[in-house]
Amino acid sequence: MYSVNQRFDNQYIPEQELLTSGNLACAGCGASLSMRLALKALGKPTVLAVPACCWTIIPGAFPRSIMEVPFFNCAFETTAATISGIKAAFRRRGMGEICVVGWAGDGGTLDIGIQALSGAAERNEDVVYICYDNEAYMNTGIQRSSATPRGSWTTTTPVKNPKSEPKKDIDEIMIAHKIPYLATATAAYPHDMIAKLKKARTIKGTRFIHLFSSCPTGWRMPENLSIEVMRLAVLTNLFPLYEVEHAEVYRQTVVPEEIKPVEEYIRLQGRFRHLTEEDLRELQSMVDKRFASLKEKFEKSEALK
Amino acid sequence: MRKVITGNVAVAYGAMLSDVQVVAAYPITPQTTIIEELATMQAEGLVDFDYIRVESEHSAMAACIGAEMGGARAFTATCGQGLFLMHEMLHYAAGARTPVVLANVNRAAAAPWSIWSDQTDSVSQRETGWIQLYCEGNQEVLDTTIMAFKIAERLRLPAMVVLDAFFLSHTSEPVDIPEKERVRDFLPPIDPGENWLDPDNPRTFGGITMNDAYMEFRWQIQRDMEKAKGIITEVHEDFAQAFGRTYRQVEEYRAQDTELVLVVSGTVASTARDAVDYLREKGKGVGMVKLKTLRPFPREEVIETLKGKKKVAVIDRNFSPGATGVWAQEVRSALYDLPEAQRPLIYGYVAGIGGRDISVKTIEEIYTKTLEDAEPDDVDMWVGVNYV
Repeated sequence: MYSVNQRFDNQYIPEQELLTSGNLACAGCGASLSMRLALKALGKPTVLAVPACCWTIIPGAFPRSIMEVPFFNCAFETTAATISGIKAAFRRRGMGEICVVGWAGDGGTLDIGIQALSGAAERNEDVVYICYDNEAYMNTGIQRSSATPRGSWTTTTPVKNPKSEPKKDIDEIMIAHKIPYLATATAAYPHDMIAKLKKARTIKGTRFIHLFSSCPTGWRMPENLSIEVMRLAVLTNLFPLYEVEHAEVYRQTVVPEEIKPVEEYIRLQGRFRHLTEEDLRELQSMVDKRFASLKEKFEKSEALK
Repeated sequence: MRKVITGNVAVAYGAMLSDVQVVAAYPITPQTTIIEELATMQAEGLVDFDYIRVESEHSAMAACIGAEMGGARAFTATCGQGLFLMHEMLHYAAGARTPVVLANVNRAAAAPWSIWSDQTDSVSQRETGWIQLYCEGNQEVLDTTIMAFKIAERLRLPAMVVLDAFFLSHTSEPVDIPEKERVRDFLPPIDPGENWLDPDNPRTFGGITMNDAYMEFRWQIQRDMEKAKGIITEVHEDFAQAFGRTYRQVEEYRAQDTELVLVVSGTVASTARDAVDYLREKGKGVGMVKLKTLRPFPREEVIETLKGKKKVAVIDRNFSPGATGVWAQEVRSALYDLPEAQRPLIYGYVAGIGGRDISVKTIEEIYTKTLEDAEPDDVDMWVGVNYV
């Protein structure tokens, strides 16, 4: 069905678990699986700062926590500034080897947190910033964010007036900051995701990981489709998996053998149920256009080698 | 070493002598020369800290909170709009029990724009859980900055050093600068105990609390704020022993033998000292009480100091629209519990808003009005306003 670049084929999934059982995520939550895999890849010593998002709730309410790494709940818009401060403290205290990670949703990253993120990226803070993108404010009950795709239903973009604007291109925004490493990933391709996070850990400076993360509750689909839908996002080129080094070398890390129509991805999710044939054609053409421009970058980078 | 320096340079010396480890800051007039001076001190090797030149005051406070969570001593400075932008994070710093120290240069609120001094910015942060320490002169600014770290770190509550725009921030005065070694003896390195993101002791901080736990966290802040009154006094005493300079949360100046006293804060205190001397020379009975702490409010000391006075004139360089000047509110609230025979009449004056000068003459007018009026015309009397 798909091929994976040889580089990442032989990555194993570490056995170490840095989350205990008993999390409060919804069934089929892409975000909880993403965290589990991310921590396996990053390992210890790692500390996390997490703003308001589903991951405020998932670890459990005080005094319980499933986290086996230090975890600081920071204010919504402050993830990147908070981790800048944490890293500075560790540097001062001779603990520079601790991996400092910000973990925020799409609202906390593309919307309210983008100023602090842009500031940190411009300063090239030595941190890993991970955005788990489920394309809406899921924790508050499925409201539109700037990561919500065009045409999607949310509770603030009802079916009679669905979102009309395309998703904000956070990846190109981050690349424009000339950060040393950016990668897209999804838990549906765990080997690829783990390889990227392991690589990110070894790089100095601001590393940005964009995780495509399913939300059966908000996407209005059965939870057993969680992985399949994330995988289809990749196989339709809607969410291509690639990495960018030094903001110029683009490399597609998972190359689907056969590109599937976007419709296959769309039709599994209730949030798109109202879309017409024409809407679908429009969406398909947007996906094709965006991928074509990315493909040019992949090819240009390949030619540079 | 004695140097002639501005209030802002005094703040920078205070932070530098306190061996601050992380500074996160953003420029804003009239605070900017603090963070410029710190940049120079760092570049010249006088102090070794991580300098995060953030993109906003909001991020400055967030980064300071992060730095404290990383176990380091953190500092920032701001004023006016910058403090307003930080407001959410001021609550956060106190709630997270991170002893950040912030110097706030009092600047009036926009709109319309004003870069001049009044206390509206800092008094608006009264409910955030920050200790607030107001300063009268540049020596007090330097000394208070050093003491603020000690007070904050003992309580694990954040502390704000407050100084008037221009009257202190840009006015030079001779200041005694203590030796770093002596400051190190007075102020040991920060010890975060268990309260940091220790990879060997992984804990979750600030997560969701249900209604069976949240109130206890807040009660602890209240309990420790009450404790702060004693700790501030202890730190003042330690400081006096180490450096020979005495500070009080409530300071009297020629106020013991008078029936009428002025209650002031910040630089108005130094003008009021002159006004009291001048009026005393003319045979008038007047004294002054200077309040250094707005939070915790030194309620017991205020009651003890003002009980039995006939009239108390509170001069506020701030006000709360729809209510009164904030110091007047606090003093009224404290004195209400006194039996009527011992309870003074409170005359609340709002003056000097947006940096308008409060001169000896202004204070003389306030004194005369307080003396002559059998009772206040209003809960709040504005001084020197051209009613248009």
